[in-house]
Amino acid sequence: MTNILEIKNVTKRYGNKIAVDHVSLSVPQGCIFGLLGPNGAGKTSLIRMITTITRPDTGQILLGGEALHGNHPRQIGYLPEERGLYKKMKVGEHLMYLGQLKGLSRKTADAAARRWLEKLDLLDRWDHAVETLSKGLQQQIQFIATVIHEPRLLILDEPFSGLDPVNTNRLKAEIRLLHEQGVSIIFSTHRMEQVEEICEYIALINVGKNVLQGEVNEVRERYKQHHFQLSYRGDLPDSFADQFQIVANGRQTVTLAGKAGDNANVLLPQILGTGVQIQAFAEVLPSLNDIFIQVVRTPQEAALEKI
Amino acid sequence: MQQLKLIISREYWTRVRRKSFLVATLVTPLAFGIFVVVVNYILQYKSAETVRIAVIDEGGIFAGGIADEDNIYFKLITTDLDSLKTNFADFDYDGILVTPALGDLNQVRYNAKYYTNEKLTLALEPILADRLRTALRKQKIAQLNLDERSLKALDSQIDIEPAPISPESMVGTPLAGRIAAVIGMVMAFFMYTTVFIYGMMVMRSVMEEKTSRIVEVMISSVRPFPLMLGKIIGVGLVGLTQVLAWAILVPLMLIGVNLLFGFQMDSSSLADAPPELAGMDTELLVAQVMTELGSFNWWLILPLFLLYFLGGYFMYAALFAAVGSAMGDDLGEGQSLTIPITIPVILAFYITIAAIQSPNSGLAVWASFFPLFSPIVMPSRLPFDPPWWQITISLLLLLGTCVGLIWLSGRIYRVGILLYGKKVTLWEMGKWIFRK
Repeated sequence: MTNILEIKNVTKRYGNKIAVDHVSLSVPQGCIFGLLGPNGAGKTSLIRMITTITRPDTGQILLGGEALHGNHPRQIGYLPEERGLYKKMKVGEHLMYLGQLKGLSRKTADAAARRWLEKLDLLDRWDHAVETLSKGLQQQIQFIATVIHEPRLLILDEPFSGLDPVNTNRLKAEIRLLHEQGVSIIFSTHRMEQVEEICEYIALINVGKNVLQGEVNEVRERYKQHHFQLSYRGDLPDSFADQFQIVANGRQTVTLAGKAGDNANVLLPQILGTGVQIQAFAEVLPSLNDIFIQVVRTPQEAALEKI
Repeated sequence: MQQLKLIISREYWTRVRRKSFLVATLVTPLAFGIFVVVVNYILQYKSAETVRIAVIDEGGIFAGGIADEDNIYFKLITTDLDSLKTNFADFDYDGILVTPALGDLNQVRYNAKYYTNEKLTLALEPILADRLRTALRKQKIAQLNLDERSLKALDSQIDIEPAPISPESMVGTPLAGRIAAVIGMVMAFFMYTTVFIYGMMVMRSVMEEKTSRIVEVMISSVRPFPLMLGKIIGVGLVGLTQVLAWAILVPLMLIGVNLLFGFQMDSSSLADAPPELAGMDTELLVAQVMTELGSFNWWLILPLFLLYFLGGYFMYAALFAAVGSAMGDDLGEGQSLTIPITIPVILAFYITIAAIQSPNSGLAVWASFFPLFSPIVMPSRLPFDPPWWQITISLLLLLGTCVGLIWLSGRIYRVGILLYGKKVTLWEMGKWIFRK
């Protein structure tokens, strides 16, 4: 699989602060790529370099195998976290304007704007001023503006922030549709549950550094702690606690820590041997949230937890 | 280039189609017309209050009678003061003027008394003084056996007529200098106001883009420099449109006002005119002003004026754009950043006031070279035919500075528009110029 985007050893400083510190990562063609990290980690700084808003101090960014140049913004659609439209402009005019700035002809921009508005049932708003629309509708207009020029690479910075559940689902459906059409999507967020649901690949940025990257399932495998969860009926036999290391005790459930290399096939016969009545048994893979917290935790925080 | 065109056209059309633009363009000449009407009305306003004054002429200085003013009536009476005062309420008088005899013919000071229960108003006092002065003058002339005509001959009227030494230098008539000064002042004032109005418009528009966060979307499609330049050009075109509309509407309005209310536009300006003009027939004067206006080299003045207008506008608009980009959401907080821009503009205007009085003074010449001042100062000197080398140097310096400042502002703008929630100092803005 080729990579649509390759970031090679990129660094960006603002004054004395290093916003992006020797970050390297690659985004495979046609995937949904989660760019994760706490607030202030350097995600937006990185995105601004990809969208050619700023230039890296050192390092290189390749889009479709080429170093970034003036024509690349036309192949990129960027939905910034901080949304904004010209409030006094009319919806149709606004979409055409942004489309034309991305290199569409007047005619194509007009057709594309109408097609998208129709798709989202907003065509009757063509002549309405942007400021007369509700916030949710404005966000949809903003989304159309991001994709109107059919970009190869779509960068969405916290796309669901401020959206109600209905609009969130609508947007998710559109994102999936674009994904099916082969558009590569970078999805920047600090909300892990959305990443697990949508993304195939992730990179985790913390304090300007890329601390983790890979395929979502592979990453979860990599960070698994060999924990297994057992649900049972009745009581646990007394001998159980001697045989297994129990990490957590719940109501009729218990979490066991196995040794490295343990898997369900190894553990299950041993558990059966204790005579407990098994209701369910499964390996616990860490959620991205757990991994996120584990990786992002500072040494001080880790030390505090051990006490 | 295509993008720049798009940006300019958006900046232009969204503004021009706005209702507020239409209102401002139409209402300003209307307001101007109303202003002229009101000012004329105030200037021509005469007190409607009727004042009756009893004059007890003890010194007999009003032997020749005393003329009434519009609403002020004088009556010479012989009743004595005391009985008049005691029965003052019964008479229909507002005041009693008592004029004692002139003691000595060489006496310059003269004290008259005005008895009244009201204050001596500003309108009445000079009229009373005038009546007394004329009467005393007549009396003195008669008693001193002076000849009225020789007395008049004492007041010489001076006209200094400039004449050229080399034939190609244009010195014009005495009137030319005054008209040149007026034209110069009008042009300087025009520059001063437009730089502020449209410069501020650029600044506000930059701030709006920043606070509404649209700028993030924009600069992912367009480089910051064309975005800033497009905005400056677009707003500049809006300014030209508006000025052009005013240039047509204001004279129409003035003509309309004249026809409707029928007062002479130049009557009020003539009041402050120099004495040699005051004596002139109004129509003759208008004709003369017209010929003088025609004698100016408008084919030179107007294009140069346009060049200075463009130079000044681009230079200051770029600075305002840079400041706007550095401002946060709070207009008040950033206000101090505009001070370094407004000071040279205001300073230039004051220099202009001095420059039109002596257009070839060192101050005027140097200020018309200094690019931050020249767009305001130099046009005011244009009607006085400054030497060509001065215009050339001044224009070249302006052009260079203009390009330089637009570039510098672009450097600041590019950083400023992406910076949120931070109070910016001038020092920091300076550092942005060198940021990679």
